[in-house]
Order: sequence, then C-alpha cells, then structure tokens
Amino acid sequence: MTWEPVIGLEIHAQLLTKSKMFCGCSAAYADMAPNTHVCQVCAGMPGVLPVANREAIRQTIMTALALNCTIPEFSKFDRKNYFYPDLPKGYQISQYDLPLSRDGSLAIEIDGTAKRIGITRVHLEEDTGKSIHPGGGYSLVDLNRCGVPLMEIVSEPDLRSAEEARLYFMKLRSVLLYLGVSNGDMSRGGLRCDANVSVRPAGSAEFGAKAEVKNMNSFRSVKLAIEFEIARQIWVLESGGRVVQETRGWVEETRETVSQRVKEHADDYRYFPEPDLPPLVISRAWIQEIQAGLPELADARASRLAREYALSPLDAAQLTVSRAMADLFEQTAALLTANKRAVANWLLGEFQRLLNESGIEADQQRNVRAEGLASLITMVEAGTLSSSAAKTVFEQYFRVGDSPEELVSRLGLRQVNDRASLEPIARKALAENAAAVADYRRGKTQALGRVVGAVMKEMKSANPALVGDLLRELIEQGNAG
Amino acid sequence: MSEPVPSSLPALTMHAAADLLTRRQISSVELTTAVLDRVARVDDQVHAFITVLADRALYQAEEADRRLVQGTGGPLTGIPLALKDVLCLAGERTTAASRILEHFVPPYSATVVEKLAEAGAVFVGKTNLDEFAMGSSTEHSAFFPTRNPWDLDRVPGGSSGGSAAAVAADMALGSLGSDTGGSIRQPAALCGVVGLKPSYGRVSRYGLLAFASSLDQIGPFTKDVTDAALLLQAIAGVDPRDSTTSPVKVPDYRAALTGEIRGLRLGIPAEYFTQGMQLGMDEIVREAIRVLESRGAELVEVSLPSTKYALATYYIIAPAEASANLARYDGIKYGYSAGAPSMWENYNRSRGGGFGTEVKRRIMLGTYALSEGYADAFYRQAQKARTVIKHEFDQVFRQCDALVAPVSPIVAFRLGELLDDPYQMYLCDVCTLPANIAGITGLSVPCGMLNQLPVGLQVLAPAFAEETVLRIGHAFERSGHFRPGKPNL
Repeated sequence: MTWEPVIGLEIHAQLLTKSKMFCGCSAAYADMAPNTHVCQVCAGMPGVLPVANREAIRQTIMTALALNCTIPEFSKFDRKNYFYPDLPKGYQISQYDLPLSRDGSLAIEIDGTAKRIGITRVHLEEDTGKSIHPGGGYSLVDLNRCGVPLMEIVSEPDLRSAEEARLYFMKLRSVLLYLGVSNGDMSRGGLRCDANVSVRPAGSAEFGAKAEVKNMNSFRSVKLAIEFEIARQIWVLESGGRVVQETRGWVEETRETVSQRVKEHADDYRYFPEPDLPPLVISRAWIQEIQAGLPELADARASRLAREYALSPLDAAQLTVSRAMADLFEQTAALLTANKRAVANWLLGEFQRLLNESGIEADQQRNVRAEGLASLITMVEAGTLSSSAAKTVFEQYFRVGDSPEELVSRLGLRQVNDRASLEPIARKALAENAAAVADYRRGKTQALGRVVGAVMKEMKSANPALVGDLLRELIEQGNAG
Repeated sequence: MSEPVPSSLPALTMHAAADLLTRRQISSVELTTAVLDRVARVDDQVHAFITVLADRALYQAEEADRRLVQGTGGPLTGIPLALKDVLCLAGERTTAASRILEHFVPPYSATVVEKLAEAGAVFVGKTNLDEFAMGSSTEHSAFFPTRNPWDLDRVPGGSSGGSAAAVAADMALGSLGSDTGGSIRQPAALCGVVGLKPSYGRVSRYGLLAFASSLDQIGPFTKDVTDAALLLQAIAGVDPRDSTTSPVKVPDYRAALTGEIRGLRLGIPAEYFTQGMQLGMDEIVREAIRVLESRGAELVEVSLPSTKYALATYYIIAPAEASANLARYDGIKYGYSAGAPSMWENYNRSRGGGFGTEVKRRIMLGTYALSEGYADAFYRQAQKARTVIKHEFDQVFRQCDALVAPVSPIVAFRLGELLDDPYQMYLCDVCTLPANIAGITGLSVPCGMLNQLPVGLQVLAPAFAEETVLRIGHAFERSGHFRPGKPNL
C-alpha cells in the first residue's frame, strides 16, 4: 500500500508594528522584565476598551496581496472565548467568519517544477501572554506579550511531503521578511508553525484523520516533526489501527510527537462579533494604495539584479531567495565603483558556505556588513590581500565580527607588494631552484610556479602575481647578463 | 439684586447652585460640607452610597473655589455629584457592588469621570447598584439594598438605584448612572427624578465596567431637565479610547430648552400601554401626554409590533456579551481569589464565591446562548430580531419626532417582593429595553404620583436627538402640571 501524506500549515507571525494591536503599548516586548510592558488595556482590566491598530491591518492586507488573496469589502473582529491565565480578558480578539483575506496562493519549486500551494485565509488577532512552568506545583504568567499583533496564515492541505512543507514554510518566511512585516524568528516566537498532518491511500480522494502537530520551534524541527508524524500514522494504519484526531506535541529531545492531554470536551470558543470594535469597511482605494506600496518581492528583484548587475538568472535567483542576502548584495555593490560581480561571488560562495556550516539563514547573521565586505573586496582588487588570505579574513570576519582591516593587521596578512623587500628573496629562490629555472628557460612556463612557491614559503604574504613578474624579470635580466 | 441664599443648600438644583457659586454667594466648600452633612444624617436610612469620599470631596471643593474666585469656573465647577460604582475613579474603590471587586482600586479613571473632574465637579461618593448593573431593584448588590427615599420599605429601582436615590434625597445635586436595559430611566421614574439614557455612542464607555458592550450607556440623574442638559453636555462626545463613540457633533443642549414644542409630533406606541400596567398608571401617563398636547404638540397613534420580542432579544444578547465581559474576573490578577490549590479549582471557586446569584444566572444564560448547537437559534436569531426592532423605530420616527410612553408598568415595589421570580423582575423593563436594543435616546421625567409614589413619563427620540427629548421634558416641566415634591427624610 502506498500512502500519500496530506499536510496543511498554520503559521502565526508577530507583526513588526510600533504598537500593540489594541493599545498604545510598544510591540517590542522581548527581553523586558516580566509584567513591566503592559497597560490596563492589554492587561484586560475592568472597564477598558480595545482600539484597533491601523498599521497592523495594513500589514496584514499587504501580506494578503503579496499572497494573491482576495480582500473583502467588509471584515470584522470576533471574540474567541476560553479561560486561561495568560489570556487576561478570558477571550482573545481574533477573526472568525469574515477574515481580512481569503483564497490566495504561494508557488514553491520542488524537483525543478513549480507547485501552487493554496492559502485559505490570512487574518489578524492579538497574541496572548506567556505561561512559564518552572515545576514545583506552580506556574508563572507574564503579560508582556498580550496584545502584540499576530497574523495567521492558513494553507490549504495541498502539501504532500515534509520537504514540500519545509519549502513552503521557508518561502512564506522569505515573503514576510521581504515585506518587512515579520522578523522571521522562530526561536523567540516571532514566527510560529503548526502542522495538520494526515495520510491516505495514494489515489484516494478522501481525507484521513488528521493530527495537529505543535511545538515545532525551529525550521529543522518542522521537517523532522512532520516526517515523524507521517511515519507514525502509516505505522498505525498498517498495524490495523485507527489514527486518532488529536493534538500532538513535538518533543525535540526524543524526536517524536506525543499526544497532548486529551480534553474532556471539545473546544467551543463561542465566537461572536466583537461589540467594542465597529466592523471594518475596506475601501478599494486603500487596497490599491497598499498594492502600489508593496516592496519589490523576490522574483521582481531577481530580474532587476540580473539586468542591472549583469548577473546570470541563476545567480540572481539565488541572491534574492533571502531579502537579507539581496540587501547585502546591493548595499555592498553601492560602495564599490567596479567589479560589483565580485560581491555576488563572495555571497554565493564563501558566505553561503559559512551560513550552511553554521546552520543559519542570511538574516540571522550579524557580523558581515556591507562596509566590511566592500573593503575586503577593495583590498583584493588593490593587491593588498591575496585571494587565499582574503578567504581566511572573511571567515574570521563572519565568525567573530572584527572588521577586515583589523583582521588583516592582526593576522599579518597584508600582501607584500614592494619590490625592494621581495627582490633578495626572489634572487635567493632562483639560485636555489636552478633546475626549475632551467626548465622555464627551455619553455616550460609552469616550472616557474615552483620558484614562486619557494618565495611564498619564505614570505607568506608576498603577492604571488607580483613575485611571478619579478622572477620573470630577473630571469630575463639574467639572460641578458 | 441678589436673592436670599436658600436654607437648604443640598436641595438646590445644579444650575441654581452654579449661579450662587459664580456670584460667590456661597462657596463650594460650604455647599459640599452641607451635602456631606446631609449624607451623614440620611444615608443610614437610604444606603445609597458604597463609598463616601468626604476628604477628597472637600479637597476638590477647595480647588473649585480657587477657580471660581479666579473666574475660570464653568457650569459644573464646585458642584457635588455622585458616581455609580461601576465607573472607575483612579485611586478609589470601584466595586460594581460585587464581592469579586470589593477591594479593587483602579489606577485609571473613566473618561466621563475625567471630564467631570476637569470641569471642576466634586465627587461625593460611589453609589450602590445591582451587582454588575444586572437588575431592576438594587437588591442584587452584594453589600446591601438601597431604599427608596419616598418609602424606605421599597426599592429605588435599578440597576442605578443608588445614584437615583442620592439625587432624590438631596445627597448629591446630580449623579451619573448607566443604562443597559433601563437602568437609568426606571430608577429615575421610581425615585421621582430626571434620568437620561443618551444614544449609544454619544458618551464614552471607557472606564465603565462593562455589562453588555453593545447596549451600555452612561447618563445623568438630576432634579430637573436643565441640569440633565448640563451634565450631558459635560460628558458627551467622541473618545479615541472608545471606538464605539460617534463623531457626530455635540450640540448646545441647553439651547434646546426653549419651552417650545408647538408642531412637534409625539407618537403614542400602542404596545407600550398593554404591558400589564398597575391600576392608575395608564391614566397618569396619558394625562401627562395630554399636557404636552395642550402645549401645542400633535399626538399620533403609532405601532411597534416587534416590541413583544424585545424582552427575549435583550435577555439573550445582554447576558451573551456579559458572559464574555465578566470572564476577566478570575481571581488571578486582582479582586477576590479563593486561594484554591489548583488552577481550575481556583477559577471555579473564585468566580463561584465572588459573583452573586443573578450575575451567575446571566453568565450561564449568556454562555448557553452562545454555545455550539444553540448559538444559531438564540444569539444569531436575537441579533436578527434586534435589526428588525431597530428598523421599526426608524420607520416610526418618520411618522413622529418622538415617542411618549410609560417608563415602568409599576411604581416602586416592596423589598423582597419580586426576588423570588426573576422573570417578573425582568418584566419591569419591557418599556425601557427597546431603546437600548435600537441604540436610541430616552428620558424619564417625573409626571405624577400614584399611591404616593413617583411615576415617570418616558420620551424616546432617534439616535443623537437628545435635544428633542430634553426639549419635550423641559416643556413638560414648564407646564407646571406636576411639581415634584421632596421625600420626607
């Protein structure tokens, strides 16, 4: 029996607005001492009322437009009612049946083919506080995060493998970073992902029972958790069992999903329209304005970079997968007058290699900046730095963050370009490598390499090109003399 | 030529007191002291106040006197007012007459309270109410019932019974209450004072402990219609902290008090006169309407057939919204906490112990009406009925400028009389509920006595037509047909 996995992802992204969704508190709550970043409104105290954040609505509509969604003329907020200590009002203001957008899509590339993943809806709600369970029979509640604007993006169950899910997630993340609406950070809750996973016999049109998988806290765990869950469900079915429709949590330590406490009653959120917030009438004019203000997205940027910088389409595409990478490219190129393509080589080569090794994305690294990279490239151009020395410097720059100039001084990697220092060593090398010189004179030009090598061994920071020129000159002089 | 200062300062209307204050014939400290003395003498019989703010009031009075001396005072400067204890006043207890908030002190004030403070008003105290504004008699206060100043064995009405009684007993020159289904108009009628429910969205609800978000409005209790206009003027207007307030311009309400109602068309809604009225009530109200006719108004018979659905519509929507609004009272962040060992047990015992019976009844009703399987039949159906009721008012207001009707089918009843039958208690509001459902404005003005107990005339007008109800109420007062007396206290 071949099984087909069916996966849908629900992504929550905290929006990068200045203030919270329904009050004037700053949305930058991270790293604040607990319960110091709240006001009476986001703490849900008696008598307070919510006031909607227009910028959050704009960012949500902008995201929806970038995902090809339809924006209705009329939308509203609803109360989602449940009790939990980190939900101070006892209800969350969210959207139920008239969300800000519906029916969009995002294309991913799998095995060289484009695949369209449907997006059911993009809506807006407020984040809850945080519960911390230190163990010992009590829990702690921190309300700092209450009210931060949260955008929810729900995909259709169009994904058919853990890898497709990962690609969709990474592409969606890239779109959000391009739009500047999210910091894409899974480790601190800026971006969250839940997966609905089920399997069915290949060719069947019916859906199997699905499990909702939560607690995937990194890009890697998204793929691992979904892979595990698919395998688990197949194992259950092939053993003659039934897949239970339930919520399961991913456990990083043991690399498995486990059933979360089975609830006695299904959740009934008793949704009803939020009476404290008038419904939203979304004018077509405003939508057009937002559409016109959409930042350049990946594909458009790739075309432009290919054109403006004479890059190959492949290089341009790879540079623009991540907005951070594309930004670094353009910022660095702006600081150089010539050979801007060298920037692309560095970023797609050494930089990408180091990112892969460190297991991070371009937007997650902090050390390499446009100024540093530009100065490194300039030094290589000027001959101050050999290309191999440059790689060493770059790697240090990436890891440690010290500027390339500092590193070059400290590591003594400045290329020696002055003839006066090089000449005695060159003469000595010629004298000690007479056989190679003889081969060279006979026409074996590569033989010079051995002499160059001897010079380099003696003085590591010699500019090899210059050494070659000097040796040839000395040999000529020798011939003449 | 100044008039002699009346012997009883607390008996003054707001506008008369403002006049004397401006002319420096009395000071606010004198006036406030006299009012506080009255409270000390009389409130142990009436029990209108949960918290008396004597020191604070005198401090405010001194501030007010400074402004009055400089000539920078306004119509409310130095005037002692009371606030229903469901309006937050920063730094003072705000209890909603509930055990669950018995010791709650908000660090913020309601917008209306801030506006009054800025206008220089003096706060005498926080008045009693039915717990969380749920009731029609003030007997559901967790602390004690308030008595009707006209007969201490009877209720003052509710839920704003304390605010109504305080004004009726001259323990404040005016007060603020809240009206969700009649909670200003009905106690005003039962206590023989003027009560106004502004249109939904006219006055900010920020800082009002919410009962039913789409129905609640804050409004004044006063001794005459002029004072009601003054108090409304001070609190009306759009508020950026309340998204449901309207940007419709606030007119000069006092200018509407021309005494002139010639040509105004007054609709008499048939359905409001068949609601099981007490013997004699119909006659008093109709007499009052005839007085208006004699002043030049035209009477029009009208019909609002959906009135009979108002009670059910209200008792589904209001509890539904309340069930969510009261979910925040969980014993975790503030207020009464049972201190139970586990989370869910603590939720249950804090709320079970902190809320009174009527509040729990309505929370359960509301939760049920919203629950899966029932929400369509109850909540959504009630919202549809609400739209029908509102459209009916819209249509009727094409035939007339205002409606005139009774406020309450009965005069003040005895304490305990209706406590065993919640439904009978709910019937007190059949004439007042529809105005909240439709979001329109309504006034109760004293129009007579029945068995020596006050009767009120209700005047309803379209949303944002407060000028109309005030004008009609004022014209009725000017007719001299009924001069309200004072209770014997």
